[in-house]
Amino acid sequence: MTTTSAAPPVPVPARVGRPRARRAAALSFKYLALIFFVVLVLMPLYIVLVASFKGTAEADPSTAWALPNVWTWEAWSDAWSQLRPNLLNSLYLVIPATLISTVLGSLNGFVLSRWRFPGSDVVFLFLLFGLFIPYQAVMIPLTQLFADVDFPTGIPRLAFAHIVYGIPITTLIFRSYYATIPEELIEAARMDRAGMLRTYWSVVLPLSAPAFVVTAIWQFTSIWNDFLFAVFLITNPDSWPITVALNNTTGSIVTPYNLQMSAALLASIPTLVVYILLGRYFIRGLMAGSLKG
Amino acid sequence: MKGIRRWGPGLLLVLPSIVLIAVFVYGLIGWNTKVSLSDWRQAQQTTGFSTAAYSELFPPGTDPGWTEAVKHLVFFTGAFMIGTLALGAFLALLLDKGVKGEGFFRAIYLFPMAVSFIAAGVVWRWLMNPAPGDRGTGLNLLFDKLGLGFLANEWYLNPTWGAAALAIPAIWALTGYIMALYLAGFRGVPEELREAARMDGASEWRVYRHVVFPHLTPVTLSALIILGHISIKVFDLVVAIGGKQFITMTPAVYMWTLIFDARDYAKGAAIATILLIGISFLVIPYMIYTVRAERQT
Repeated sequence: MTTTSAAPPVPVPARVGRPRARRAAALSFKYLALIFFVVLVLMPLYIVLVASFKGTAEADPSTAWALPNVWTWEAWSDAWSQLRPNLLNSLYLVIPATLISTVLGSLNGFVLSRWRFPGSDVVFLFLLFGLFIPYQAVMIPLTQLFADVDFPTGIPRLAFAHIVYGIPITTLIFRSYYATIPEELIEAARMDRAGMLRTYWSVVLPLSAPAFVVTAIWQFTSIWNDFLFAVFLITNPDSWPITVALNNTTGSIVTPYNLQMSAALLASIPTLVVYILLGRYFIRGLMAGSLKG
Repeated sequence: MKGIRRWGPGLLLVLPSIVLIAVFVYGLIGWNTKVSLSDWRQAQQTTGFSTAAYSELFPPGTDPGWTEAVKHLVFFTGAFMIGTLALGAFLALLLDKGVKGEGFFRAIYLFPMAVSFIAAGVVWRWLMNPAPGDRGTGLNLLFDKLGLGFLANEWYLNPTWGAAALAIPAIWALTGYIMALYLAGFRGVPEELREAARMDGASEWRVYRHVVFPHLTPVTLSALIILGHISIKVFDLVVAIGGKQFITMTPAVYMWTLIFDARDYAKGAAIATILLIGISFLVIPYMIYTVRAERQT
């Protein structure tokens, strides 16, 4: 697994004999292109930010690209009061689901890389397949099963689903990470007649912090942003997580566009904050998700 | 300490996960297949055996919703894969040889990955508003202001190319990811190889063409699999932009409307099974290939 996706850039010595002017032109083309794409990527963010600070009077689509004349929190506070219950639902969902699936992944990853049993590679593949299935293929029976066994409705159903279907990815990340722990450490613990749990607790776990961060961020982001499970499993609007509520609020044409924009931004703030603070780990998770060694 | 006493506890620790995945992945897939082969076509559940759901889907043409959905998916996938791969590889190429502020550029290009498809869809639906020229909003208005009015178009509501326009937000969202994959791929090529080619007098472009690019087949393969797999099941983005409209229908959205509006569970399950089979064709060979490669190292 590529845990270090970001090798430091290698300075390339300038090639001898290449005309300076051409090199300068190539270099400025490069930076121009890079900046052009920065503008493209940030354009939706610009439009959202600008719109979200406009008052209702100013929220006219014909001036959408202009900065607000009067900056106001109006749309933000409207969005907040409308979506607050759903933001809380998402919070109650994402915290336990992230914690539990991360711990499960750590235990599985440890066993499947460092405390193997006969057939553990086959078991890994067996679990891994769950990472790739389109969840549509389990959705109808899943709702049925929940109803049949009277599983508590609302957020508990959603949390349970995210924990179960999170097992493959969390196991994958931890398994790859633990494969980098030197075998001698594990062997030394075994020599001391330490059992499995003892080895995990005192040798492996203290080294696991980076993998916990990577996995927790991955799970947090995908559970917070999930729409598919939520829309199938949650029928009562009071239990909707933020994505479903956002889609419903903004899908209505009576919602003024400044409110739509501030709502979209409000729903994205938690994952954006995590990305800004811990982006490095976020990228590692992405790389693990690509399954590439 | 050989034998079961050594490995038994490990198996025991993983067992709960094995059972959960066995039931909730494999078991439910089996159950879903059973539903797809039943005659459960309305709210009241029935259990007779029937292949009617599949015969309405194959060949495409008998069910207009499904036909549109498949056609849109083909256009969407084409635009999405080509656009994301090309832009991602291009950005990685620009960043490869050390650029001032590389960390900044990477962070910007990757930020859309942190945003949900729903939130992104809300904004892009508005940016891609189809009203033309000075009556327009979003991108059409911007084109008009920049004197590029001829570029204004109906975006995702165009009856022929709409599904390809639907791919624009998806390209926006995933280009950074593909860039990161390629960048890691470029950096994985040993510098000695590049240096050796330079010593032989190869130009920088030829170094890429003959030394770096041939090393990237595994990266391109991963990228294709990841993108194809996202594309086949595309759902949130389409719902956020087009809702349940016929003109933006994709297989996953059609399945959703079949279940929630038409209560046609057998057909919904049949579509889910088809999606699963499509994705399995992509993923199973890839999984086996990856595990083999892992064993060799």
